[in-house]
Amino acid sequence: MSRHVVATVAEIPPGRRKLVMVKGRPIAIFNLDGDFFGLFNLCPHQGGSLCDGIVTGLLQSSEPGVFSYSRKGEIVRCPWHGWEFDIRTGKSYCDPSRIRTRAYQVDTAAGATLIEGPYVAETVSVRVEEDYVVIDA
Amino acid sequence: MIPPKGAIDCDIHTSIPNLEALLPYLEEHWREIVLLRGMDELNSISFPLKAADAARADWRPLSGKPAASLAQIQSEALDPFDTAIAICSSLYGIQLLHSEDLAAAFARAVNDWMVATLLSRDTRLRGTIVIPTQNPDMAVDEIERCARNPAFVQVLMLAGADTPLGKRHCWPIYKACERHNLVLGIHAGNTYRNPPTAAGWPSFYIEDSVAQAQSFQTQLTSLICEGVFSRYPALKVVMLESGFTWVPTHMWRLTKYWRGLRMEIPWVDRSPDEILRDNIRFSLQPVDTPPNAADLERIFEHLQSDRLILFSTDYPHARFDGTDAMPDGLSPSLMQRIAIDNPRETYARLTETVA
Repeated sequence: MSRHVVATVAEIPPGRRKLVMVKGRPIAIFNLDGDFFGLFNLCPHQGGSLCDGIVTGLLQSSEPGVFSYSRKGEIVRCPWHGWEFDIRTGKSYCDPSRIRTRAYQVDTAAGATLIEGPYVAETVSVRVEEDYVVIDA
Repeated sequence: MIPPKGAIDCDIHTSIPNLEALLPYLEEHWREIVLLRGMDELNSISFPLKAADAARADWRPLSGKPAASLAQIQSEALDPFDTAIAICSSLYGIQLLHSEDLAAAFARAVNDWMVATLLSRDTRLRGTIVIPTQNPDMAVDEIERCARNPAFVQVLMLAGADTPLGKRHCWPIYKACERHNLVLGIHAGNTYRNPPTAAGWPSFYIEDSVAQAQSFQTQLTSLICEGVFSRYPALKVVMLESGFTWVPTHMWRLTKYWRGLRMEIPWVDRSPDEILRDNIRFSLQPVDTPPNAADLERIFEHLQSDRLILFSTDYPHARFDGTDAMPDGLSPSLMQRIAIDNPRETYARLTETVA
Protein backbone atom coordinates (compact mmCIF):
# COMPACT_ATOMS: atom_id res chain seq x y z
CA MET A 1 0.00 0.00 0.00
CA SER A 2 1.27 3.44 -0.89
CA ARG A 3 -0.14 6.94 -0.90
CA HIS A 4 -0.93 8.56 -4.20
CA VAL A 5 -1.75 12.15 -4.96
CA VAL A 6 -4.45 11.97 -7.59
CA ALA A 7 -6.05 15.42 -7.84
CA THR A 8 -6.34 18.83 -6.34
CA VAL A 9 -9.28 19.32 -3.99
CA ALA A 10 -10.40 22.23 -6.15
CA GLU A 11 -10.95 20.09 -9.23
CA ILE A 12 -13.49 17.76 -7.50
CA PRO A 13 -16.01 20.07 -5.80
CA PRO A 14 -18.81 18.62 -3.63
CA GLY A 15 -21.18 16.45 -5.69
CA ARG A 16 -18.61 15.88 -8.43
CA ARG A 17 -16.36 12.96 -9.27
CA LYS A 18 -13.22 12.14 -11.15
CA LEU A 19 -11.79 9.00 -12.66
CA VAL A 20 -8.11 8.47 -11.82
CA MET A 21 -5.61 5.71 -12.49
CA VAL A 22 -3.55 4.37 -9.61
CA LYS A 23 -1.00 1.64 -10.26
CA GLY A 24 -2.88 0.85 -13.47
CA ARG A 25 -6.24 0.54 -11.72
CA PRO A 26 -9.18 2.84 -12.52
CA ILE A 27 -10.63 4.42 -9.38
CA ALA A 28 -13.63 6.73 -9.23
CA ILE A 29 -13.19 9.54 -6.69
CA PHE A 30 -16.41 11.09 -5.31
CA ASN A 31 -16.76 14.23 -3.18
CA LEU A 32 -19.72 13.96 -0.78
CA ASP A 33 -20.05 17.33 0.94
CA GLY A 34 -16.30 17.63 1.38
CA ASP A 35 -15.61 14.01 2.25
CA PHE A 36 -13.83 12.03 -0.45
CA PHE A 37 -14.47 8.38 -1.31
CA GLY A 38 -12.87 6.10 -3.89
CA LEU A 39 -14.46 3.10 -5.62
CA PHE A 40 -12.81 0.61 -7.93
CA ASN A 41 -14.41 1.77 -11.14
CA LEU A 42 -15.54 -1.56 -12.60
CA CYS A 43 -19.03 -2.72 -11.67
CA PRO A 44 -18.71 -6.28 -10.28
CA HIS A 45 -21.60 -7.33 -12.50
CA GLN A 46 -20.13 -6.83 -15.98
CA GLY A 47 -17.57 -4.08 -15.62
CA GLY A 48 -19.55 -0.91 -16.33
CA SER A 49 -17.79 2.33 -15.43
CA LEU A 50 -19.30 3.44 -12.13
CA CYS A 51 -17.82 6.90 -12.55
CA ASP A 52 -20.19 7.39 -15.49
CA GLY A 53 -23.30 6.29 -13.56
CA ILE A 54 -26.18 8.37 -12.27
CA VAL A 55 -25.60 9.56 -8.72
CA THR A 56 -28.78 9.37 -6.72
CA GLY A 57 -30.08 8.79 -3.20
CA LEU A 58 -31.15 5.74 -1.23
CA LEU A 59 -34.75 4.78 -1.98
CA GLN A 60 -36.43 2.69 0.68
CA SER A 61 -40.00 1.88 1.62
CA SER A 62 -41.83 0.93 4.79
CA GLU A 63 -44.77 -0.42 2.77
CA PRO A 64 -45.98 -0.51 -0.84
CA GLY A 65 -46.74 2.96 -2.14
CA VAL A 66 -44.55 4.72 0.45
CA PHE A 67 -41.29 6.12 -0.94
CA SER A 68 -38.59 7.17 1.48
CA TYR A 69 -35.70 9.02 -0.16
CA SER A 70 -32.58 9.72 1.88
CA ARG A 71 -28.81 10.11 1.56
CA LYS A 72 -29.13 12.17 -1.61
CA GLY A 73 -25.98 11.94 -3.71
CA GLU A 74 -24.54 8.92 -1.90
CA ILE A 75 -25.63 6.11 -4.23
CA VAL A 76 -24.25 5.52 -7.70
CA ARG A 77 -26.09 3.44 -10.29
CA CYS A 78 -24.02 1.55 -12.81
CA PRO A 79 -24.74 3.05 -16.25
CA TRP A 80 -25.09 -0.38 -17.83
CA HIS A 81 -27.74 -2.24 -15.80
CA GLY A 82 -28.63 0.10 -12.97
CA TRP A 83 -27.15 -1.85 -10.07
CA GLU A 84 -26.80 0.52 -7.10
CA PHE A 85 -23.67 0.96 -5.00
CA ASP A 86 -23.11 2.85 -1.77
CA ILE A 87 -20.42 5.41 -2.53
CA ARG A 88 -19.27 5.31 1.11
CA THR A 89 -18.68 1.55 1.24
CA GLY A 90 -18.77 0.12 -2.28
CA LYS A 91 -21.49 -2.32 -1.22
CA SER A 92 -24.30 -3.11 -3.65
CA TYR A 93 -27.90 -2.65 -2.61
CA CYS A 94 -29.02 -5.99 -4.04
CA ASP A 95 -26.55 -8.23 -2.22
CA PRO A 96 -24.28 -6.12 0.01
CA SER A 97 -22.38 -8.97 1.60
CA ARG A 98 -21.41 -10.65 -1.65
CA ILE A 99 -21.62 -8.06 -4.41
CA ARG A 100 -19.44 -5.02 -3.80
CA THR A 101 -16.79 -2.97 -5.48
CA ARG A 102 -13.60 -2.22 -3.60
CA ALA A 103 -13.66 1.00 -1.59
CA TYR A 104 -10.40 2.93 -1.16
CA GLN A 105 -9.37 5.20 1.67
CA VAL A 106 -9.25 8.77 0.33
CA ASP A 107 -8.03 11.80 2.27
CA THR A 108 -7.06 15.36 1.65
CA ALA A 109 -3.71 16.85 2.51
CA ALA A 110 -2.10 20.24 2.30
CA GLY A 111 0.59 20.59 -0.30
CA ALA A 112 3.07 21.65 2.35
CA THR A 113 2.77 18.30 4.12
CA LEU A 114 2.98 16.36 0.90
CA ILE A 115 6.15 18.08 -0.29
CA GLU A 116 7.92 16.31 2.56
CA GLY A 117 6.70 12.87 1.34
CA PRO A 118 6.52 9.95 1.26
CA TYR A 119 3.95 9.93 -1.52
CA VAL A 120 3.62 9.11 -5.18
CA ALA A 121 2.52 11.86 -7.51
CA GLU A 122 2.43 10.29 -10.90
CA THR A 123 0.21 12.77 -12.66
CA VAL A 124 -0.24 15.63 -10.26
CA SER A 125 2.51 18.09 -9.50
CA VAL A 126 2.30 19.30 -5.93
CA ARG A 127 2.59 22.91 -4.86
CA VAL A 128 2.78 24.11 -1.28
CA GLU A 129 -0.23 26.42 -1.46
CA GLU A 130 -2.72 23.82 -2.85
CA ASP A 131 -4.77 21.07 -1.10
CA TYR A 132 -4.71 17.63 -2.62
CA VAL A 133 -6.74 14.43 -2.79
CA VAL A 134 -4.64 11.49 -1.62
CA ILE A 135 -5.55 7.83 -1.96
CA ASP A 136 -4.15 4.73 -0.28
CA ALA A 137 -3.78 2.03 -2.86
CA MET B 1 -44.67 -44.10 -8.70
CA ILE B 2 -47.43 -44.26 -6.13
CA PRO B 3 -47.29 -41.47 -3.55
CA PRO B 4 -46.33 -42.34 0.03
CA LYS B 5 -49.15 -43.50 2.28
CA GLY B 6 -50.96 -40.63 3.96
CA ALA B 7 -50.26 -38.13 1.21
CA ILE B 8 -52.04 -34.80 1.12
CA ASP B 9 -53.45 -34.17 -2.33
CA CYS B 10 -53.54 -30.39 -2.77
CA ASP B 11 -55.49 -30.22 -6.01
CA ILE B 12 -58.49 -32.32 -6.89
CA HIS B 13 -61.45 -31.02 -8.84
CA THR B 14 -65.00 -31.65 -7.92
CA SER B 15 -67.60 -31.08 -10.56
CA ILE B 16 -70.91 -29.42 -9.88
CA PRO B 17 -73.19 -32.05 -11.49
CA ASN B 18 -75.27 -29.31 -13.15
CA LEU B 19 -76.78 -25.97 -12.31
CA GLU B 20 -79.87 -27.64 -10.94
CA ALA B 21 -77.75 -29.11 -8.15
CA LEU B 22 -77.12 -25.58 -6.90
CA LEU B 23 -80.79 -24.55 -6.77
CA PRO B 24 -81.29 -25.63 -3.13
CA TYR B 25 -78.40 -23.36 -2.17
CA LEU B 26 -79.58 -20.27 -4.04
CA GLU B 27 -81.82 -17.62 -2.57
CA GLU B 28 -85.35 -17.50 -3.96
CA HIS B 29 -84.69 -14.62 -6.33
CA TRP B 30 -81.66 -16.26 -7.91
CA ARG B 31 -83.38 -19.62 -8.13
CA GLU B 32 -86.11 -17.96 -10.14
CA ILE B 33 -83.53 -16.18 -12.34
CA VAL B 34 -81.95 -19.53 -13.20
CA LEU B 35 -85.30 -21.01 -14.14
CA LEU B 36 -86.65 -17.99 -16.02
CA ARG B 37 -83.48 -17.48 -18.00
CA GLY B 38 -83.24 -21.17 -18.78
CA MET B 39 -79.69 -21.37 -17.42
CA ASP B 40 -78.50 -24.95 -17.30
CA GLU B 41 -74.73 -24.76 -16.91
CA LEU B 42 -71.89 -22.41 -15.98
CA ASN B 43 -69.05 -24.29 -17.59
CA SER B 44 -65.94 -22.38 -18.57
CA ILE B 45 -64.22 -22.82 -21.90
CA SER B 46 -61.00 -23.04 -19.88
CA PHE B 47 -62.04 -26.60 -19.04
CA PRO B 48 -64.03 -28.06 -21.95
CA LEU B 49 -65.69 -31.17 -20.60
CA LYS B 50 -64.99 -33.29 -23.67
CA ALA B 51 -61.32 -32.34 -23.99
CA ALA B 52 -59.08 -35.38 -23.80
CA ASP B 53 -57.21 -34.15 -20.74
CA ALA B 54 -60.31 -32.98 -18.87
CA ALA B 55 -60.85 -36.44 -17.41
CA ARG B 56 -58.95 -39.69 -17.49
CA ALA B 57 -60.79 -42.35 -19.50
CA ASP B 58 -61.27 -44.59 -16.49
CA TRP B 59 -62.53 -41.63 -14.46
CA ARG B 60 -65.08 -40.58 -17.08
CA PRO B 61 -68.52 -41.97 -16.20
CA LEU B 62 -70.94 -43.30 -18.79
CA SER B 63 -73.23 -40.40 -18.08
CA GLY B 64 -72.81 -37.18 -16.19
CA LYS B 65 -69.60 -35.41 -15.26
CA PRO B 66 -66.43 -36.87 -13.77
CA ALA B 67 -65.76 -36.21 -10.08
CA ALA B 68 -69.34 -35.16 -9.52
CA SER B 69 -70.25 -37.30 -6.53
CA LEU B 70 -68.74 -38.27 -3.21
CA ALA B 71 -68.70 -41.94 -4.26
CA GLN B 72 -66.73 -41.16 -7.41
CA ILE B 73 -64.21 -39.06 -5.50
CA GLN B 74 -63.77 -41.64 -2.76
CA SER B 75 -63.29 -44.60 -5.04
CA GLU B 76 -61.16 -42.82 -7.65
CA ALA B 77 -59.23 -40.02 -5.94
CA LEU B 78 -58.92 -41.04 -2.28
CA ASP B 79 -58.91 -44.81 -1.72
CA PRO B 80 -56.51 -45.92 -4.50
CA PHE B 81 -53.81 -43.51 -3.32
CA ASP B 82 -54.43 -43.99 0.40
CA THR B 83 -54.79 -40.23 0.56
CA ALA B 84 -55.00 -38.73 4.03
CA ILE B 85 -56.42 -35.40 2.94
CA ALA B 86 -57.50 -33.99 -0.42
CA ILE B 87 -58.19 -30.31 -1.07
CA CYS B 88 -61.09 -29.79 -3.46
CA SER B 89 -61.51 -26.93 -5.88
CA SER B 90 -64.61 -26.36 -7.93
CA LEU B 91 -63.80 -24.97 -11.36
CA TYR B 92 -67.15 -23.58 -12.36
CA GLY B 93 -67.69 -20.41 -14.36
CA ILE B 94 -68.42 -18.16 -11.39
CA GLN B 95 -65.45 -15.87 -12.03
CA LEU B 96 -66.52 -15.30 -15.64
CA LEU B 97 -69.89 -13.74 -14.88
CA HIS B 98 -70.30 -10.04 -15.49
CA SER B 99 -72.86 -9.43 -12.76
CA GLU B 100 -71.22 -9.10 -9.37
CA ASP B 101 -74.46 -9.95 -7.59
CA LEU B 102 -75.03 -13.08 -9.66
CA ALA B 103 -71.42 -14.14 -9.12
CA ALA B 104 -71.71 -13.64 -5.35
CA ALA B 105 -74.96 -15.63 -5.23
CA PHE B 106 -73.45 -18.51 -7.18
CA ALA B 107 -70.25 -18.45 -5.13
CA ARG B 108 -72.32 -18.82 -1.95
CA ALA B 109 -74.25 -21.67 -3.55
CA VAL B 110 -71.13 -23.50 -4.71
CA ASN B 111 -69.51 -23.22 -1.30
CA ASP B 112 -72.63 -24.38 0.52
CA TRP B 113 -73.04 -27.22 -1.98
CA MET B 114 -69.46 -28.28 -1.33
CA VAL B 115 -69.97 -28.34 2.44
CA ALA B 116 -73.23 -30.27 2.24
CA THR B 117 -72.22 -32.71 -0.49
CA LEU B 118 -68.56 -33.36 0.25
CA LEU B 119 -66.87 -31.68 3.21
CA SER B 120 -69.42 -32.69 5.84
CA ARG B 121 -69.52 -36.26 4.59
CA ASP B 122 -65.88 -37.30 4.46
CA THR B 123 -63.33 -35.94 6.92
CA ARG B 124 -60.53 -36.53 4.39
CA LEU B 125 -61.88 -33.72 2.23
CA ARG B 126 -61.07 -30.04 2.57
CA GLY B 127 -62.49 -27.17 0.58
CA THR B 128 -61.47 -24.14 -1.44
CA ILE B 129 -63.67 -21.08 -1.06
CA VAL B 130 -65.00 -19.82 -4.38
CA ILE B 131 -65.24 -16.02 -4.27
CA PRO B 132 -66.78 -13.43 -6.58
CA THR B 133 -63.45 -12.04 -7.74
CA GLN B 134 -65.42 -9.43 -9.68
CA ASN B 135 -65.87 -7.43 -6.47
CA PRO B 136 -63.22 -7.68 -3.72
CA ASP B 137 -65.59 -6.40 -0.99
CA MET B 138 -68.12 -9.10 -1.79
CA ALA B 139 -65.26 -11.60 -2.04
CA VAL B 140 -64.19 -10.71 1.50
CA ASP B 141 -67.77 -11.15 2.73
CA GLU B 142 -67.78 -14.66 1.31
CA ILE B 143 -64.41 -15.47 2.85
CA GLU B 144 -65.65 -14.27 6.24
CA ARG B 145 -68.81 -16.34 5.90
CA CYS B 146 -66.97 -19.53 4.96
CA ALA B 147 -63.86 -19.16 7.14
CA ARG B 148 -65.86 -20.21 10.21
CA ASN B 149 -65.84 -23.73 8.82
CA PRO B 150 -62.38 -25.26 9.44
CA ALA B 151 -62.87 -27.58 6.46
CA PHE B 152 -62.16 -24.64 4.17
CA VAL B 153 -58.41 -24.20 3.90
CA GLN B 154 -57.98 -22.12 0.75
CA VAL B 155 -59.44 -19.31 -1.38
CA LEU B 156 -59.65 -19.67 -5.16
CA MET B 157 -58.60 -17.15 -7.79
CA LEU B 158 -57.82 -17.71 -11.46
CA ALA B 159 -54.44 -17.15 -13.08
CA GLY B 160 -56.09 -15.42 -16.02
CA ALA B 161 -57.71 -12.62 -14.07
CA ASP B 162 -59.21 -9.27 -15.04
CA THR B 163 -56.10 -7.40 -13.91
CA PRO B 164 -52.74 -8.53 -12.51
CA LEU B 165 -53.44 -10.00 -9.08
CA GLY B 166 -50.86 -7.88 -7.27
CA LYS B 167 -52.93 -4.71 -7.80
CA ARG B 168 -54.02 -3.06 -4.59
CA HIS B 169 -57.74 -3.32 -5.24
CA CYS B 170 -57.34 -7.08 -4.64
CA TRP B 171 -55.61 -6.62 -1.30
CA PRO B 172 -58.70 -6.90 0.93
CA ILE B 173 -58.90 -10.50 -0.30
CA TYR B 174 -55.31 -11.17 0.72
CA LYS B 175 -55.78 -9.47 4.06
CA ALA B 176 -58.73 -11.76 4.76
CA CYS B 177 -56.72 -14.81 3.70
CA GLU B 178 -53.88 -13.87 6.02
CA ARG B 179 -56.29 -13.14 8.89
CA HIS B 180 -57.84 -16.60 8.67
CA ASN B 181 -54.72 -18.59 7.73
CA LEU B 182 -56.31 -19.40 4.40
CA VAL B 183 -53.99 -20.17 1.51
CA LEU B 184 -54.54 -18.14 -1.64
CA GLY B 185 -54.87 -20.80 -4.33
CA ILE B 186 -54.31 -19.46 -7.83
CA HIS B 187 -55.58 -21.99 -10.33
CA ALA B 188 -55.21 -22.29 -14.08
CA GLY B 189 -58.18 -20.76 -15.83
CA ASN B 190 -59.29 -17.49 -17.26
CA THR B 191 -62.06 -14.95 -16.86
CA TYR B 192 -61.52 -14.09 -20.55
CA ARG B 193 -61.61 -10.36 -19.92
CA ASN B 194 -58.16 -10.51 -21.54
CA PRO B 195 -56.72 -12.89 -24.12
CA PRO B 196 -55.12 -15.92 -22.49
CA THR B 197 -51.80 -15.06 -24.10
CA ALA B 198 -49.91 -11.79 -23.90
CA ALA B 199 -49.76 -11.75 -27.70
CA GLY B 200 -53.51 -11.92 -28.30
CA TRP B 201 -56.19 -14.51 -28.90
CA PRO B 202 -54.97 -17.95 -29.99
CA SER B 203 -56.99 -20.33 -32.15
CA PHE B 204 -56.82 -23.60 -30.26
CA TYR B 205 -57.38 -25.14 -26.85
CA ILE B 206 -53.82 -26.46 -26.83
CA GLU B 207 -52.50 -22.90 -27.13
CA ASP B 208 -54.69 -21.74 -24.27
CA SER B 209 -53.49 -24.67 -22.12
CA VAL B 210 -49.81 -24.16 -22.80
CA ALA B 211 -50.12 -20.39 -22.30
CA GLN B 212 -51.41 -20.86 -18.75
CA ALA B 213 -47.77 -20.84 -17.66
CA GLN B 214 -47.46 -17.28 -19.00
CA SER B 215 -50.36 -16.20 -16.82
CA PHE B 216 -48.80 -17.80 -13.75
CA GLN B 217 -45.49 -16.09 -14.44
CA THR B 218 -47.28 -12.76 -14.76
CA GLN B 219 -49.19 -13.28 -11.51
CA LEU B 220 -46.12 -14.40 -9.58
CA THR B 221 -44.25 -11.33 -10.83
CA SER B 222 -47.17 -9.03 -10.06
CA LEU B 223 -47.71 -10.34 -6.52
CA ILE B 224 -44.03 -9.84 -5.69
CA CYS B 225 -43.47 -6.52 -7.46
CA GLU B 226 -46.65 -4.86 -6.22
CA GLY B 227 -45.58 -5.69 -2.68
CA VAL B 228 -48.31 -8.12 -1.63
CA PHE B 229 -45.83 -10.12 0.47
CA SER B 230 -44.24 -6.98 1.87
CA ARG B 231 -47.70 -5.99 3.13
CA TYR B 232 -48.95 -9.49 4.03
CA PRO B 233 -45.80 -11.44 4.92
CA ALA B 234 -47.71 -14.42 6.34
CA LEU B 235 -49.77 -14.91 3.17
CA LYS B 236 -49.16 -18.23 1.45
CA VAL B 237 -49.88 -18.57 -2.25
CA VAL B 238 -50.15 -21.93 -3.97
CA MET B 239 -50.10 -22.00 -7.76
CA LEU B 240 -52.35 -24.86 -8.78
CA GLU B 241 -51.97 -26.71 -12.06
CA SER B 242 -49.28 -24.19 -12.92
CA GLY B 243 -46.42 -26.52 -13.81
CA PHE B 244 -43.12 -25.68 -12.18
CA THR B 245 -40.31 -26.43 -14.62
CA TRP B 246 -40.43 -22.76 -15.66
CA VAL B 247 -39.92 -21.50 -12.12
CA PRO B 248 -36.08 -21.55 -11.93
CA THR B 249 -35.50 -19.65 -15.16
CA HIS B 250 -38.27 -17.17 -14.44
CA MET B 251 -36.85 -16.45 -11.00
CA TRP B 252 -33.35 -16.05 -12.42
CA ARG B 253 -34.77 -13.46 -14.78
CA LEU B 254 -36.92 -11.66 -12.22
CA THR B 255 -34.15 -11.55 -9.63
CA LYS B 256 -31.64 -10.27 -12.17
CA TYR B 257 -33.96 -7.49 -13.33
CA TRP B 258 -34.75 -6.60 -9.73
CA ARG B 259 -31.07 -5.84 -9.10
CA GLY B 260 -31.14 -3.05 -11.65
CA LEU B 261 -34.75 -1.90 -11.44
CA ARG B 262 -35.62 -2.32 -7.78
CA MET B 263 -35.79 1.45 -7.26
CA GLU B 264 -39.20 1.30 -8.96
CA ILE B 265 -40.44 -1.01 -6.20
CA PRO B 266 -38.42 -0.15 -3.08
CA TRP B 267 -40.86 -2.14 -0.90
CA VAL B 268 -39.32 -5.25 -2.45
CA ASP B 269 -36.32 -4.95 -0.19
CA ARG B 270 -34.99 -8.48 -0.65
CA SER B 271 -34.42 -10.73 -3.58
CA PRO B 272 -37.61 -11.97 -5.32
CA ASP B 273 -36.10 -15.42 -5.08
CA GLU B 274 -36.14 -15.17 -1.28
CA ILE B 275 -39.73 -13.98 -1.27
CA LEU B 276 -40.74 -16.93 -3.45
CA ARG B 277 -39.16 -19.35 -0.98
CA ASP B 278 -41.09 -17.85 1.93
CA ASN B 279 -44.48 -17.32 0.35
CA ILE B 280 -45.15 -19.24 -2.87
CA ARG B 281 -45.63 -22.94 -3.60
CA PHE B 282 -46.60 -25.00 -6.65
CA SER B 283 -48.70 -28.11 -7.10
CA LEU B 284 -47.05 -31.20 -8.56
CA GLN B 285 -49.39 -32.26 -11.39
CA PRO B 286 -49.37 -31.72 -14.26
CA VAL B 287 -45.63 -32.35 -14.40
CA ASP B 288 -44.15 -31.11 -17.66
CA THR B 289 -42.53 -34.53 -18.02
CA PRO B 290 -38.97 -34.01 -19.17
CA PRO B 291 -37.73 -36.83 -21.41
CA ASN B 292 -35.95 -38.66 -18.61
CA ALA B 293 -35.89 -38.76 -14.83
CA ALA B 294 -32.44 -37.20 -14.58
CA ASP B 295 -33.77 -34.04 -16.22
CA LEU B 296 -36.40 -33.74 -13.51
CA GLU B 297 -33.71 -34.08 -10.87
CA ARG B 298 -31.90 -31.18 -12.51
CA ILE B 299 -35.05 -29.08 -12.25
CA PHE B 300 -35.17 -29.72 -8.52
CA GLU B 301 -31.50 -28.78 -8.26
CA HIS B 302 -32.30 -25.53 -10.01
CA LEU B 303 -35.22 -24.91 -7.66
CA GLN B 304 -32.60 -25.04 -4.87
CA SER B 305 -35.23 -26.17 -2.42
CA ASP B 306 -37.24 -29.27 -1.59
CA ARG B 307 -39.98 -27.12 -0.02
CA LEU B 308 -41.62 -25.59 -3.06
CA ILE B 309 -43.67 -28.42 -4.57
CA LEU B 310 -46.88 -29.81 -3.07
CA PHE B 311 -48.36 -33.15 -4.04
CA SER B 312 -51.40 -33.13 -6.30
CA THR B 313 -53.09 -35.61 -8.57
CA ASP B 314 -55.09 -32.97 -10.45
CA TYR B 315 -57.92 -35.55 -10.38
CA PRO B 316 -59.90 -36.12 -12.59
CA HIS B 317 -57.70 -34.52 -15.24
CA ALA B 318 -55.65 -37.01 -17.24
CA ARG B 319 -52.07 -36.55 -16.06
CA PHE B 320 -50.78 -40.09 -15.38
CA ASP B 321 -51.89 -43.70 -15.50
CA GLY B 322 -53.01 -45.85 -12.59
CA THR B 323 -51.63 -44.58 -9.32
CA ASP B 324 -48.35 -43.25 -10.80
CA ALA B 325 -49.01 -39.76 -9.48
CA MET B 326 -45.37 -39.28 -8.48
CA PRO B 327 -43.01 -38.81 -11.44
CA ASP B 328 -39.87 -40.93 -11.64
CA GLY B 329 -36.64 -39.42 -10.44
CA LEU B 330 -37.66 -38.28 -6.94
CA SER B 331 -35.80 -39.62 -3.92
CA PRO B 332 -37.84 -41.14 -1.07
CA SER B 333 -37.05 -38.18 1.17
CA LEU B 334 -38.13 -35.69 -1.49
CA MET B 335 -41.34 -37.65 -2.05
CA GLN B 336 -42.04 -37.50 1.68
CA ARG B 337 -41.57 -33.73 1.66
CA ILE B 338 -43.74 -33.22 -1.41
CA ALA B 339 -46.51 -35.58 -0.33
CA ILE B 340 -46.78 -34.78 3.38
CA ASP B 341 -44.43 -32.22 4.95
CA ASN B 342 -44.74 -29.42 2.42
CA PRO B 343 -48.55 -29.45 2.30
CA ARG B 344 -48.77 -29.47 6.10
CA GLU B 345 -46.35 -26.56 6.40
CA THR B 346 -48.25 -24.58 3.77
CA TYR B 347 -51.88 -25.17 4.73
CA ALA B 348 -51.98 -23.97 8.33
CA ARG B 349 -55.66 -24.86 8.71
CA LEU B 350 -54.99 -28.56 8.13
CA THR B 351 -54.08 -28.73 11.81
CA GLU B 352 -57.63 -27.82 12.75
CA THR B 353 -60.00 -30.64 13.55
CA VAL B 354 -62.86 -31.09 11.17
CA ALA B 355 -66.08 -32.36 12.66
